[in-house]
Amino acid sequence: MNAMPPADAPSSLADLPLGTPARVVGVRPAGASREARELALRLLEIGFMEGEPVRVIAQGHPGREPIAVRVGGTTFALRRFEAEQVMISLDTRGAVR
Amino acid sequence: MSNAIAMRVALLGNPNCGKTALFNLLTGSRQKVANFAGVTVERKEGQLRMPDGRSVTVLDLPGAYSLNPTSADETITRDVVLGTLAGEAVPDLVVCVTDATNLNLNLRMVLEVRRFGVPMVLALNMADVARRRGITIDTPALARELGVPVVETVAVHRGGADALIAQLAHAAPSPRSAVPPEWHVPDAADVATTYREVRRILGASVRQPTVDTRIDDALDRVLLHPLWGTLILAGTLFLIFQAVFSWAGPPMDAIKSLVGAVGELLKETMADGMLRSLIVDGIVAGVGSVLVFLPQILILFLFLLFLEDSGYLPRAAFLLDRVMGTVGLSGRSFIPLLSSFACAVPGIMATRTISNARDRLTTIMIVPLMTCSARLPVYALVIGAFVPKRVVGGLFNLQGLVLFVLYLAGIAGAMAVAYIMQRAGGRATQHPLLMELPSYRWPNLRNLAYGLWERARIFLARVGTIILALMIVLWFLSTFPAPPTGATGPAIQYSYAGVLGHALEYVFAPIGFNWQISIALVPGLAAREVAIGALGTVYALSSVDNELAAQLSPMLANDWPLATAFSLLAWYVFAPQCISTLAITRRETNSWFYPLAMAGYLFALAYLAAFVTYRVTLLFTGIG
Repeated sequence: MNAMPPADAPSSLADLPLGTPARVVGVRPAGASREARELALRLLEIGFMEGEPVRVIAQGHPGREPIAVRVGGTTFALRRFEAEQVMISLDTRGAVR
Repeated sequence: MSNAIAMRVALLGNPNCGKTALFNLLTGSRQKVANFAGVTVERKEGQLRMPDGRSVTVLDLPGAYSLNPTSADETITRDVVLGTLAGEAVPDLVVCVTDATNLNLNLRMVLEVRRFGVPMVLALNMADVARRRGITIDTPALARELGVPVVETVAVHRGGADALIAQLAHAAPSPRSAVPPEWHVPDAADVATTYREVRRILGASVRQPTVDTRIDDALDRVLLHPLWGTLILAGTLFLIFQAVFSWAGPPMDAIKSLVGAVGELLKETMADGMLRSLIVDGIVAGVGSVLVFLPQILILFLFLLFLEDSGYLPRAAFLLDRVMGTVGLSGRSFIPLLSSFACAVPGIMATRTISNARDRLTTIMIVPLMTCSARLPVYALVIGAFVPKRVVGGLFNLQGLVLFVLYLAGIAGAMAVAYIMQRAGGRATQHPLLMELPSYRWPNLRNLAYGLWERARIFLARVGTIILALMIVLWFLSTFPAPPTGATGPAIQYSYAGVLGHALEYVFAPIGFNWQISIALVPGLAAREVAIGALGTVYALSSVDNELAAQLSPMLANDWPLATAFSLLAWYVFAPQCISTLAITRRETNSWFYPLAMAGYLFALAYLAAFVTYRVTLLFTGIG
């Protein structure tokens, strides 16, 4: 597939390519609205915690929406705007491409 | 132990942790399904017979990820656990059911609950699967770290809850502090602290190899694939509808002939008269014509339960999320809509899992447009009478094709209504999907059996109560008053039902309905499938010939023009749902506006569709 420029490594789960192993860095601090706060809290509660391994296992079509994400041992379906709240870094330990 | 005080236990756990399977194992068939007071969250309670003869009341709480609720279900769960729900006894003990293969996620809520000093026991469910996956749990260490008793359970095996039952035998009902604990919304720091605590406890008590998800990965690569996954989903749905029609044939015939035999037997043994007419024409024929559909309903539910238990249903919702998105809904609406092909009532109840209030409302409003199984008898009768058995395109059965078109018409109508409703409410804000796709597993036979039994019971109860009562009322209306002496037409013409039918004919004549259909539509409002029985009764009582079910179809073929038949089909695609649907809508929305609006728009849509169908068919057949 298309090679990723290393300088522009994805920083949010929404940009993580299919199948690439990564780790959660954190959930973006919630905005002002109640919905945003609830979403951030729920993402934390279901396990998007710092250091957890995370991987995109499927993407909908078209527009790669929604996405299915395996985090820790659990799989969740998310929308891209939800995934954008999750900050990630590529998992260097698993980065054999 | 004192056996005077009955103990109350509540099962708490994440969705997909096998909590309901454990509940079934503990309580067997001694279950009672109702609603929590004042709200429509389903409340499942059962009795556990202890080895020492005591009885323990077990409450199955709705699954939750957190005590901090994001849905009506989770709110109830929190309030019951904290003992703050009005009208609900405070449980003496909370059994925290966890998926032993996923303690990382499951243990978080356990710690949340522990903080409030709720007396509890931790059940490590699916302990067998965990062992097979090489996860070793040091149970004593875990109990020490948590400060609560820990037992292993295997909800899908007989005897798999013995350790839990033994533990419950030790636990005496302990009085809780009278003041309910104070609840406050946690913040991100609280969640992070709890998470670190989970990590620490797991580090001290559990050794787990890196999670092996190879099987799930392989399945998901295909089943969640935009192309292959969608094709498999379409194939699955097609198979379900095929099975509903083809597998149900033999048992339906058996029920039909049994009903016929009972009717014949009664006719021979009873003296001719009013009572015989009531029992044979009213009750046996009417109730029998509805009872026939039990096999189809059970087959449909068997598939739905299988898909649900195996973990596939949320994946179907994932695949269809984009399609639902075109009308402003999310994939979450798919599951309630699919259930509605069986019956709108469970469909509407299933909308509770949709956390977005507006999506939920729209879904409730379009649920009646999904062709429920109660409409099948009407379709089957009319299609059987008017559409020739012919193969088209060398492959498709013409009757089946017409039926398929009727289903599609309902779906298309639902999409259009959803689109308009979601547009009318202004531009939708982005709303979350956030749905767990549970690990695949083989459905457990016992759970399937319980689910089916529950469905059968509900259906039979309905036949025995509402439908039976309606058939009796209808028989009276169609039999009295007796025709005046010297009357020439059939007796029913002069009865209340006849008069009512003739009055309604003014409303329905423009769409081609005669007075017999007009009468049948009235009880059909209470329960759709009754319309068939009603037509049967009306035609049986209006003719000399008393052979009912078998004769109805050719009788209609002679009596109705084709345009009337098609018009009736179009009417039934959209017509207002049965009273139960409107009642459940009233309860779920807690307002009279929505059920009334639902009945109103469906009536308008049905009338319009039937009118257009009638006129167009007349154009093609009537004059030509």
